[in-house]
This record gives sequence, C-alpha cells and structure tokens, in this order.
Amino acid sequence: MTTPDQSRPTPESFLDAARAEEASSRPGRLKIFLGASPGVGKTYAMLEEARLRARSGLDVVVALVETHGRVETAALLAPLEQIPRRVIEYRGQMLEEMDLDALLVRKPRLAIIDEFAHTNASGSRHPKRWQDVLEVLDAGIDVVTTLNIQHIESLNDVVAQITGVRVHETVPDAVLDRADQIELIDLPPEELIQRLKDGKVYLPQQAGRALENFFTKAKLTALREIALRTAAGRVDAEMLDIKKAQADRTIWPTADRLLVCVNEAPVAKALVRAGKRMAERAKIPWIVVSVLTPKHEAMEAETRSATQDALRLAETLGAETVTLRAESDAAREILRFARERNVTRLVIGRSRWHNSFVQRLVGLIREPVSETLLDEATDFEITVVTAHARAQRRRALARGPAPHPATWLPGFWRAALEASLAVLAATLLAWPFWFWLPVASIAVIYLVAVLIVAFRRGLPGALLGSVFGFLAYNFFFTTPYFSFAVEQYEAVVGLAVFVVSSVVTGTLASRLRAQVVTMRATQARTETLYEFARKIASATKSDDVLWAAVAHVARVLQADVLILTPDAQGQLQQVQGWPSIDEALDPRDLGAAQWAFEKAEAAGFGTGTLPNATWQFVPLATADRPFGTMGVHFHDPSRAKDPETKRLLLAVEDQVAIAVERNRLSEEVANARVTAESDKLRAALLNAVSHDLRTPLVTVIGATSSLAESGASLPENIRAALATSAHEEARRLDRTVQNLLDMTRLGHGALKPNRAAIDLREIIGRVRADLGRVLTSHALNIEIAPGLPPLDVDPILIGQALANVLENAAKYAPAGSSISLAARRVGGNAEILVSDSGPGICVADRAKVFDLFYRAAQGDGTPAGTGMGLAIVKGLVEAHGGQVTAEAGPGGDGTTIRLVLPVASLSPEGPAA
Amino acid sequence: MNQPRILIIEDEAPIRRFLTIALGAGGFEVLEAERGRKGIELAAVLAPDAVLLDLGLPDIDGKAVIASIREWSQVPILVLSVRDGEAEKIAALDAGADDYVTKPFATGELLARLRAALRKRPIGTIEKAELTFGTLEINLATRFVRADGREAKLTRKEFDVLALLARHSGRLVGHRQLLTTVWGTAHAEDTHYLRVAIGHIREKLGDDAADPRFIITEPGVGYRLLGE
Repeated sequence: MTTPDQSRPTPESFLDAARAEEASSRPGRLKIFLGASPGVGKTYAMLEEARLRARSGLDVVVALVETHGRVETAALLAPLEQIPRRVIEYRGQMLEEMDLDALLVRKPRLAIIDEFAHTNASGSRHPKRWQDVLEVLDAGIDVVTTLNIQHIESLNDVVAQITGVRVHETVPDAVLDRADQIELIDLPPEELIQRLKDGKVYLPQQAGRALENFFTKAKLTALREIALRTAAGRVDAEMLDIKKAQADRTIWPTADRLLVCVNEAPVAKALVRAGKRMAERAKIPWIVVSVLTPKHEAMEAETRSATQDALRLAETLGAETVTLRAESDAAREILRFARERNVTRLVIGRSRWHNSFVQRLVGLIREPVSETLLDEATDFEITVVTAHARAQRRRALARGPAPHPATWLPGFWRAALEASLAVLAATLLAWPFWFWLPVASIAVIYLVAVLIVAFRRGLPGALLGSVFGFLAYNFFFTTPYFSFAVEQYEAVVGLAVFVVSSVVTGTLASRLRAQVVTMRATQARTETLYEFARKIASATKSDDVLWAAVAHVARVLQADVLILTPDAQGQLQQVQGWPSIDEALDPRDLGAAQWAFEKAEAAGFGTGTLPNATWQFVPLATADRPFGTMGVHFHDPSRAKDPETKRLLLAVEDQVAIAVERNRLSEEVANARVTAESDKLRAALLNAVSHDLRTPLVTVIGATSSLAESGASLPENIRAALATSAHEEARRLDRTVQNLLDMTRLGHGALKPNRAAIDLREIIGRVRADLGRVLTSHALNIEIAPGLPPLDVDPILIGQALANVLENAAKYAPAGSSISLAARRVGGNAEILVSDSGPGICVADRAKVFDLFYRAAQGDGTPAGTGMGLAIVKGLVEAHGGQVTAEAGPGGDGTTIRLVLPVASLSPEGPAA
Repeated sequence: MNQPRILIIEDEAPIRRFLTIALGAGGFEVLEAERGRKGIELAAVLAPDAVLLDLGLPDIDGKAVIASIREWSQVPILVLSVRDGEAEKIAALDAGADDYVTKPFATGELLARLRAALRKRPIGTIEKAELTFGTLEINLATRFVRADGREAKLTRKEFDVLALLARHSGRLVGHRQLLTTVWGTAHAEDTHYLRVAIGHIREKLGDDAADPRFIITEPGVGYRLLGE
C-alpha cells in the first residue's frame, strides 16, 4: 500500500474514501491504544473501554489480556467474558496463545486482544498476532488492541538508537494504516518512573538491566515525543482525508515521488527505513527499486537475498517495490525509471567498501552506481545514507561466521589451481622459444594464459593469473635468470605493462564470461517460459493445463508440485502432481492448502500463514472464482524466499488462470452453440408439428364434418370423394406421427434393429401396401438382380426407410412419370437405388437433405413435407450399419437415392422336399 | 338370423364408439368392455362369437386376458396392436390369439379379418377339398395346384405350407405354427426353411413378393393367404 497522495483530490482519493466506507461497513473496526513505553497503562485503558462498551450492551469478549499479576487489571478483567487460551507445546514447553478459531466461532461484536506486536508460538496459524487480528477483522469483528511505538516498523531504528535496545517484534506500518482509531495513552515521564518504583510496571525478567536503563527521564521524554508526533501525524492524515473528501481545492503542488535505490549492500534496510520516514514526513508516495544486472545473476543466493529482504521490508512499510533489469549500466536504468515515474527525490546508499583499495582499483574500470547517480542525477534531490560500518560488522559477527567465505573458498582454490596450471603451461610452451623470441613476445604467451584463466574463473582468476604469470616471467625470462630480481630498466617497464594489461584484460574477460553465463541463464529461462506458454496455450482441457503447470514449476523450481481442486463435496483433492500425484500431506499442509484456496492468498512454508508447513500453497483463481491451489515443496528450502520464485509462481498462477478461463469460455461458447442448434431444432420441430400435423387434419376435419352434417344431401360420388380424401390424409398423418416417433427413438439411440433375413421383395410388398394411394399416380419399376441374397435387416424399420424414400420420390416427381427401384449385390452389401425424374437436388444440398428438418431450396407451390423423412432414412439405415447418399438421377436428371444395406451372410437352403 | 356377437375390450372410448358403429354397419352385434377383467367376465357370461382385444389395457396385460379366456374357450381373439409391437404380437399369438390388426386400421381390413376368424368355426364339418382364391386353385385331396390356369408343381413341404395357409385363408398363420405343423416341433425356430419354401411357392405360382397377389408377408410374424 502506498501512502495516499494527500495533496490533490485525485480519482484515487474518492476511491479511497469509498473503499474506507465500504471497509468500515463490512470488516471489523480496529482501535489501537498506543503507548510510548511499557507501563503507561494501555491495557488498563483498553479494559476500561471494554467494560464501558459491555455495560452499554455490546457483545464484548476478551480474547487475550495479560494481567501480569496486577490486581487492578485483574479486577477490570473479572466481569468480562473471556475465551480460554489455547495451549501449544513447543520443544517441551507449554505455551499459551490466543485461541483464534474459538474467537472466530464465538464471533462477538468486539474482541479485546492485548499486545498487537506479539510473536506467536511456532505452530500457530500465523507467526504474528497482528496477522491473527487482521483475520479477526476480516471476519467482521471489531478489535481493540495495544501497541508500543518501538514496535512500529518504521520507528524501530529510531527507538533503538534512543534506547539502545532493539526489539524484534515489529508491526508493519501498512497494518497500522488499517486502524480506524488510534488513542494515545500519555503519561508524563515522572509519573511513569514513579509507577515503576511502585512496582506497578511489569518488566520481563530477562530484560534485566537493559530495560531498567530504558526508563530514564531523557529517554522516556524522547519516546513520548515520538509517540505524540506519531499520533499527531495520524490526526493530520485524518484531517487530510476529510479535506480530500470535501474536495477542498486550493493550490495543489505537483506530485512528488521518492525513490529509494537498494542493492545487496547491508545498508539496504536502513535505506528503506530512512526512505519511509522521509516519505512519511513529506507525505509523498515512495518506491523502492533494485536493479538486477548480469553481475547479480552470478552472485550467491545468500547475497542476493539481502536485496530481497530489503524489498520485503519496503513492502511491509507500505512502499511500492520494483525490480529493474539492466545489462550493465544500473544507474542509467534507475534514472530512466525515476524520470518515467515522476520521481523528484532519490535516496541512495554509499558502500562501506567505497574507500577500500579494491574498490578503487575496480573503480578505475567501473564506477559504482552511487557515484554515477551523484554525477548524472542533477535534476533530483539526492539523499545519501551511509551505513555505520562498525555496527554492520558487529551484527555480522553476532550472527556467527558468515557463510560467504565457506562457499567462496573452493572457488578461490580452484582459481589458484587453474592459474598455476595455466602459467605452468605457458612457461613450458615459451621455454623452447626464449632463445629466439624477444622477451616481449613471451609476455604475450603469458597474457594468453591469464586471459584463459580470467575467462574461466573471473576476476580472482585474472588477478592470480597475472601474479603467477608475472612471477614466472620474471623468474625464467628476465635477467638475471632463475631469480626474482629485476636488473634492467626496460624489463621493469615490461613487467608493469604486463601486470596492468593482464588485470585489465582479465577483468574484461571475466565480465564477458559473467555476461555469457547470464545470457545463457536468461535464455534458458525464456525458453522454458516460452515452452510453458506454448504448451498451456495449446491445451484444450483444464487437465492438460494443470499438467503443463506442474511440470513447468517442478522443473524450474526444482521442487515437488501438486495441484488440488475441490471435489463435489468441496473437499480439496490432489488432481495433478509432479513427480507424484499422491503426496502424503500432513494436517498443517492441508490446512495451508485450504487457506490458500479459501482466502486466495499464499499460505504454508515461506509465507506469513502456517509457515511451519512443509509445502507452500498458492491460490489458483480465475477472475471471478478460485478453482484450486498449487502446492510446492522445495528441494532447496532457501528458494522459497527467492523473489524470483514468487514471480514465477505468480506468472504461472496467471497463465493457468487465463488458460483455464479460456477453456471454460470456449466450452461455454460450444455449449451456447449446442443450445442454439437445439433451439433451431426445437423451432423446426414446432414448425413440423404445427404445420405438418395440422395440414392433414384440415382435410380430415373438413371432409368428415361435411359428411357428418350434410352427408345425406350430398351426391354419392361427392361423399365417396370426401371420405377418400379424409382417409388418405389421415394415413399421411399416421406416417408423420410414425416419423416423429422414429426420430425421437433415433435421437435417444433407443432404436435397436430386430434383424432377420428377409427378401427385399417382401419388404417392398409391405411398403406398397402401406403407402396405399401415394404411389398410384406413378409407375413403380422394380428391377432386382436375380440371385440377390436376402437382406439382414429389421424388415419394419427398413420398410419405413423405403417408404420414406418412395414417398419422397412420389412427392417431387411429376405425376405420371415413373419411379424406379433397382437393387443388386455389391460385395457383402445390397445396393438399392431409387430414382425419380423430379427436379433433382443441387450438388451443394445433397449431403444436407439428410439433415433433420432440412428441405432443399424450393420455389413456390412445392409439396408439403416435414423435412424429417430423409433424416429418418439416414438414421434407420445407419442403425443397420448401412449408408445412404443422394446423387443425380440416371442421365443426370432427377434424383437417385442410394441405399447400401447388409445382406444375410449365409442363406442356408431349406430342405425343400 | 342372429348376428355374430363381438366383444370389444378396449379402454379408449372413441375407438369403442367407432368400432361399435363400424361393426354394427358390418352386421355384427357389439358388446363392450373397457377393462380387461370386465372383458374376461363378459366373455365368460355372454359367450361372444369373437373377441377384439386391445393389448394396452390399464388394469391387466392383454396377454393375460388371452390366456385367461383360452382356459375355457376357443373363441377367436383378434388383437389390436401398434405398429412396432412385433414381439408383442408374437407373444399374443403364442398366448392363443388368432390374428391381429395394426392400429390405425381401415374398417374393411378389420371386417375381413373378423370374417376370416369367424369362418374357422365349424368343428367337425367336412372340409371342402377344392379351394379357390382368385386365379389360384388348390385341391387338398389330390394335392393339385393351379395358378392362372397353369399347373404348379410343388414339393410335399411346399404343398403342406400352401395347404395350411389355404385352410386359414385370410387369416394370419404364424411362423411357429407353419414350422411345427409342416417340419415338426424340432424346427420351430428355423424360419429360413419357411422363407425359402415361400420363395419357391411364390416362384411356382408366379406371385411377386413386391406386388403380391396370393401370399402376403407379415414381416417377423408370419404369412397370410389372401382370402376369397
């Protein structure tokens, strides 16, 4: 969270106000009793308030208050409802902690929680109590808590400087910004010292003398001043909020921004804290930036993590953090970024090595970033923060032996070994020639050796190589031979030139080498990322997406990876994993997974929630809902804190979310298409039912009603005609109904042909009988090749199919023309061709005529039809394993429908006699 | 002259009404039952000359009605069935039904079937040896067959098949009945014997299955010789 720009009513300011309003209506409100030091009476004040509120009828519960044996406190506490503490066993000790879950279940309106900065016992859900409080607030419960100023992250340094005691329990400033109300409990130093003397102030025993030194009047006065200023600053901020809300437009200065540049130097954290104070005071947003150069890629993870620690600190202090990348010129990159972001002030650090010899030597070639910035950033206001070298070193010593040399030494010895080998080789190579070649040429051979070592082993190699080369050259090839003494003036110059050129070329070679290594690493990363993106883009199923994700993450992070998604009961299940999909997760891991899924934030190892789980879980969510969580179990635990890891996981989360979302959308589109199709089908069916069922009924009702009403008065021939047409139309209606039934059964796959061997002629006989008068206006020519075996079909269903084909032919062929039906055997099938001399079907429509409710484009006055007939033919024929196609009729006129149907495999001859 | 009495067992009132009219016009006296049990009861009490039975009754299964009636009576039973109920039809025939009519049916067709069924009646009457169906003449005694004025030389089995169809002319003769009567109970399922024999008979009689004059195929169920 950045410090809001308090100078101008920006759109964000309205947004902030709206957000604050929304936040105050939904999550709980936080009130903090702030004190300058222990003993000012925060807990007492808090409990008094609790009692007042409880008396006024509010549902108040004490989640955790330490009385430290004080009677007044205990007396205040007694009438209030308290939640029993949870007991956690940690290394044999029984520790009491606030029971967060019990509180959430109890869900009072107001919870009293003491000591905001408290560190929870290992094994709790959150490492810090303020994280517990945030969860309580999120649950809609108001919280009242207490805090001393030395626990505020940005004041931590200042207080430590005043008191000489550094506390490690800190609360990020961003969390304080959540507070709706901060009440300062002020007590003049004299009174506090008096209270201390009266034994009214609880002091932890282990603090001992250090804390006693704390309570001097001068120190207490200084702390009180800081506390007052902090509280006043907040009042200012609140007033500004109000001003913003009223959009009180006076003159608004242009926005300032503060940029803090950090690197791996130990001063980084101090820089961040200084930046926070400056930004706070100036009330401007601040950004903390670090630049990654090839040099960083080659650095030890330990060293790199210093930068990351600083960036994390900045985040907790409410800064925006940015990591830039530059090939070599970090300063230029910083300036570019600063100008782009409207930065007016720069905060930079100065290396403690700056004055050392090595730095100067290297500085000949490469100027430190801070120097460049000071030279070039003339349009910025620059603050340089210098580290207290002694303090830094002391802290480093206190932490025990630095791990750095341990990892560095083998590299050093390797460089030494390679340097000596290279120099030895150069010497052996040069030896045979020294008699003929001038001494200067031999120096070149050594230079080559140095270059090689420098390229392989970097700067240490270059330096060692030049020293060894110098010595060997001096020993063997300058007079007096086999002595380190130098006689001739020109040899001295030669040697000097040799040393300088070998250092310069060696440095250049080592930098080249570093760049090559970085480029390779970058390329490899880009390639895997590209491959992942490609895989995930081509994955059409969510399962494939998740698989690509686990494989990618496992490979890049060298970790075991799992993906869990909720099943129908909402239980998280392992659905993808690398190397195994069935990891044994213990309850802590499962808790972290559940947390990550439900709260949509990272949990478990290396995070702020359930950090003692062995897996880290990150949420997987699309724009509107979470759909699972990804668990990572690092082979190398230090990677968990690497910001590179965080970035990668975020990238994967995003990619997976996009891919899953995309698949879901395409599924939805497909579904929508299916719905549209079925809508179309429904409309066609409705049309068929309304039109094609009613049309025959018009005739039936009309004819029968005239017969019923005036049959007696009608002449005999009219009566017969009416009855006949009613009869014919009723039969047509019957066939339509039959088609509808068949269509339904085909649609449900409920049609099971009841196959039997039957002669085609017999089927045709039935069909003609069924069709009745439909065929009377056309001549039906049947040509069945002799020896056509019986068909292996359901006679009823194929009869229906043939009836439809013939009825269709009769419908389109002009009256009086003939319809031909020819059949012959083709392989294991019978081919039946039904041809008519109607208008024919154009090529484009030939496949479509078998679609349900499709009717070939027709002019006016075309015969009525449902568009079901041929579709049902296709369905019936295909249910028999046959085929049906439409083609041009014989000689190109009319239409031929070709049916291919299986014949009975063997026709066992009956014993005739 | 008393008219033949037909018992209609059918739950659909409009169909009962239509049948009453149509059969009444065709010279039958009609009895109605709208439930299966009622039908069985009426069949026992009133002893109709034939029964028209709808297979889809609300109270009991049509086949149970047939079986029940068959326990004491050989009255001809005609089944009214829907098109796709081949298995149903065969089951009904096996249960003892004599013939079936597929709904919807033409009145003429129903009356013809009914008459054919009623003709079965005379028990103990001496069978006529000379039968004539249009241009088809069959002499059961001399086993002589003539179609369109030409003699048709049938084998023994073929003649037996044709004779059985002729004795039940106009009525359906099921596959099973034909096979067990002509080839014996061992061949009750060998429908291909029948198919081949019918094919030969048609060939010899000059009948075309695609446009039959004498023998009608009832696919999956049996055959029928066109009556009169």
